[in-house]
Amino acid sequence: MDARLLPRAHDAAPTLLICEHCDAVYARRPLARGEVAECARCGAVLERGRGMSIDTLLALIVTALLVFVQATVWPIVTLGLNGQHVAATLWDVVHMMWLDHSQVVAVIAGMTLYVFPLAKILILGWLLVFARQGTRAPGFRFLMVTLRRIGPWTMSEVFVLGALVSIVKAHLYFDVVADPGIYAYAALMFLITIFAGVDLTRLWDETRGEAAA
Amino acid sequence: MNATTLPRARDAGLIGCHVCGMVCRAVSGDAVVACPRCGSTLHARKPASYARTWALLIAALLMYIPANVLPIMRTASLGDVDDNTILSGIVELWVKGSPGLAVIVFCASIMVPTLKFLALGTLLITSRRGSAWARRQRTQLYRAVELIGYWSMLDVFVVALLTALVRFGLFSLVEPLPGVVFFGLTVVLTMLASMCFDPRLIWDGQEDSDE
Repeated sequence: MDARLLPRAHDAAPTLLICEHCDAVYARRPLARGEVAECARCGAVLERGRGMSIDTLLALIVTALLVFVQATVWPIVTLGLNGQHVAATLWDVVHMMWLDHSQVVAVIAGMTLYVFPLAKILILGWLLVFARQGTRAPGFRFLMVTLRRIGPWTMSEVFVLGALVSIVKAHLYFDVVADPGIYAYAALMFLITIFAGVDLTRLWDETRGEAAA
Repeated sequence: MNATTLPRARDAGLIGCHVCGMVCRAVSGDAVVACPRCGSTLHARKPASYARTWALLIAALLMYIPANVLPIMRTASLGDVDDNTILSGIVELWVKGSPGLAVIVFCASIMVPTLKFLALGTLLITSRRGSAWARRQRTQLYRAVELIGYWSMLDVFVVALLTALVRFGLFSLVEPLPGVVFFGLTVVLTMLASMCFDPRLIWDGQEDSDE
């Protein structure tokens, strides 16, 4: 395949920006910290200025990993009735749905609450460790594309709200105790909100050359 | 700044990569070209956007009927069996629990899917006709659909969590019923539908008929 690209090389940052939502073409200009370029025609976000440094992002990702492990390992809620107690972890949730003839729901929940969020955290961590030195991690291209594809399919924040609704519903009949898992989830939700405002396409511009695998 | 006269990538012979945002020169003909930076296939527009979006939207609509009609959850306690649909669950939450939370569940389970069907249907029809009506607002509508769509999964997670929690040890039982499977599929299908829709289609068609 011949090079059909603008400007010259694969690695050079593009000098133009194309709006994803209305196809308008703009000349790219450097953005100051916290600045956001918006499409004049349709209002889409074209690009965000670098907010946090790579090191800060990496620190947040490590935090997210720790919090995610807590959220999945610890029970989320405990129910009590007449001195009996039952607690459930995320794994119990997926497992019970599988056993109760709702395998479709088990797969959806397992993917959106466990596999995809974990994959997202691990991939980002891996990419950022290398990006600190300005290099591309082994598998950079594939991982950047994967990250983009699984983006919409992580639903931890919906689960937090779901847990809240469950607690209120269960409270009608049982004693309900919120367990550490739910607090870890709340913290995770907070971290996810921070990452929602980070423009990861910058990794393409800020790194050079794929490291040898 | 005149927003309507901005150059468009298609007219300039350019393609923006869907995945990494790289700006590439379009080639003529039907050749399949990969983005030189990320390797994803380049398209001037998402392929078969109308057909795919319609197909997924109609499939989602078909799933949405049993999702609402069939019960999603059975609560059994000492011989007292109670089946709840999405709507009756919301009513129960309103009456016995907290009205505020009932409103949130109502928004996530009833309002968001309904609005999503209406919004995507409107976008598909108006874009096909090349309508110049409220293009900017329609693009914003699309972004809103993308942003809030997945919150509909709320009820599915509630049923899953309650099922895992309430077991025989507590002399009662919560079981998922088929409605919840249909509802989960509805949400997944509507998400796929909105991903298949290409918002740039809103801006195609007769160019100068804007206000």
